[in-house]
Amino acid sequence: MTESEVFLQQVIYGLSNGMIIALVALGYTMVYGIVELINFAHGDVFTLGGFLALTIVGALGAAAILDPNAAGESSHWLLLFGLVVGAGLFCGVLNMTIDKVVYKPLRRAPKLTQLVAAIGVSFILVNIALFWGGVPMESFGGGNAAAAPKDFPEILEGSNLLGEESNVVLRLEDIAIFAITIPLMVGLTLFVKKSRLGRGMRATAQNPVAAKLMGIDTDRVISATFLIGGFLGGAASVMWSVYNNTISFQMGFRAGMDAFTAAVLGGIGSLPGAMLGGILIGLIRAMSDQYIETRWTNVVVFGVLILILVFRPSGLLGLKQREKV
Amino acid sequence: MPAAARVAPFSWGQLVVLGGLALVPLLDYAMPSVQLSAPSRWVVVFAVMALGLNIVVGWTGLLNLGIAAFAAVGAYSYGILTCEIYPFQVGFWWGVVLAGLIGAFAGFLLGAPTLRLRGDYLAIVTLGFGEIVQDGLKNLELITKGTQGINPLPAPSFGGDPLASTDVSLWFYLYLGILALVVFLARNLEFSRLGRQLFAVREDELAARCMAIEPDKAKLKAFAMGAALAAVSGALGASVLSSTGEPANYDFQVSILALCIVIVGGIGSITGVLVGAIVMVGLNNVLLPILTQTLQRSGIGSTDNVFSLPDNYKFLIFGLALVLMMRFRPDGIVHSRKAVRK
Repeated sequence: MTESEVFLQQVIYGLSNGMIIALVALGYTMVYGIVELINFAHGDVFTLGGFLALTIVGALGAAAILDPNAAGESSHWLLLFGLVVGAGLFCGVLNMTIDKVVYKPLRRAPKLTQLVAAIGVSFILVNIALFWGGVPMESFGGGNAAAAPKDFPEILEGSNLLGEESNVVLRLEDIAIFAITIPLMVGLTLFVKKSRLGRGMRATAQNPVAAKLMGIDTDRVISATFLIGGFLGGAASVMWSVYNNTISFQMGFRAGMDAFTAAVLGGIGSLPGAMLGGILIGLIRAMSDQYIETRWTNVVVFGVLILILVFRPSGLLGLKQREKV
Repeated sequence: MPAAARVAPFSWGQLVVLGGLALVPLLDYAMPSVQLSAPSRWVVVFAVMALGLNIVVGWTGLLNLGIAAFAAVGAYSYGILTCEIYPFQVGFWWGVVLAGLIGAFAGFLLGAPTLRLRGDYLAIVTLGFGEIVQDGLKNLELITKGTQGINPLPAPSFGGDPLASTDVSLWFYLYLGILALVVFLARNLEFSRLGRQLFAVREDELAARCMAIEPDKAKLKAFAMGAALAAVSGALGASVLSSTGEPANYDFQVSILALCIVIVGGIGSITGVLVGAIVMVGLNNVLLPILTQTLQRSGIGSTDNVFSLPDNYKFLIFGLALVLMMRFRPDGIVHSRKAVRK
């Protein structure tokens, strides 16, 4: 493998992972933009999306559907699409419910009170994921080792699209990630820009009181924000599981921190910022894995997070804002 | 200030809790089947850490999610300063004191550039710092021995004679004495000029500034003091284990345990933190392990069934504790006299 091929390969990994991170980051940034809450539980909602996907795959009888001889490509794409929608809806509704039950009563409480509650929710969800791993299903390894990582089946065929002799590997999974994440991002952007509810979101983000005075049902807007953010997180979790072929009950912490870093890097509250930040974090991780050392990658990401927060808290695309007194 | 001079060394509540803890070794004689002195040392270790966190979170209003990292700094400092494989070998007492100083310095290093950040951003920075410290300790094997941890480490000693590891009641009383000293110091801080500055900064930074308080300096002092106590707690814990343990022993879960202690017990109240430490550590280090062992021995619980082992409910308990306290009793079990909720 030549030097440039190695680099190209890392770019492919970085972009694919980055698109997934960006999808999760959108969930953080939308919620923060509207209610100024770091939704600490978002990463764990993401985890549960992966567990739901594996449960569905197991319940459908993964082996039958995924047997390359028994089923054509289209059924695999259909399954993937179904999982994305299913996990997305599940995570969206879950996220919205969490907001209704836990965050909403604390809306007027100090910010740190809300953050602590969100951390609490995060721990509860981690425990639920741990228990979920103990479900006696074949796809969960019989449920005997709940805490162990679970294998996620290869849904899309792993052959190299650039030809078997090419050193650089581009798989169908990489294409699928772009085919699913890009329409979601475009759709979200159009939704927020053009639709009535999207306008309500932007208004609420700018000034909740004024938005209310203008007749916007801010509670509904907030619910919708959690729903959409959760949906994107759920969709991302399916892509993540398919891409990495393994899930574990604590994967949300890592993924959540990457995504939060991405949101902050891009400028929290900014949708294009979260997308850009996600891609950048994906690339930074890939390059650090290759050119520094895998075991230092998390340190690099957290280092980036701290440096941005200290030197440019508004991020790359965020607006400079003064803290309200 | 004349008012500060008339404060008793301990409040009644603190005396009751510390006195109650002093009865634990007597229970061991009364009920030899349940030995509580040994695990109760962890109540002291976590109470010291939580008292440090309370200075930062409770009194100054800064959310620190990486307090375990400072405990790690303390534990590894203690390890390097006392372990026989390193040239220093300063012994228990100097080890603990120096670990505290190094912890304060680490707190200063992290705090100086970051304390002007908004509250929630600061929380995330401290969380990130916690993860960096863990990974750093794991990866710098040459110094830290990686996942093996540094060991063996000395037990506390009197006049050159280290305590035997079987001498747990004496060990516990020694730790309880250290805890009493920390409570005394924390109470002094609470009623001192600096303590009032911290409260003022917590309540309203702008107003505090108008009163000629420098919030950044006050915050930095609080942060360093909190880090110092966490580091002392790390050193005390390492001495109990006779090892620093692996870096993952100082993960986010430990920081959250300390936060749970402060929040469940009563944010801002020393007595509350002591009560919180007894409740949470009692649950985490005594009740759940004993229950788990009993169920395993009786055959009801098995590692094959995740639902059958009480240990597996830890996250749920921590999480519910945080959520329910925030929702229904944000001031904790023991109300702080001074806390004024915004």
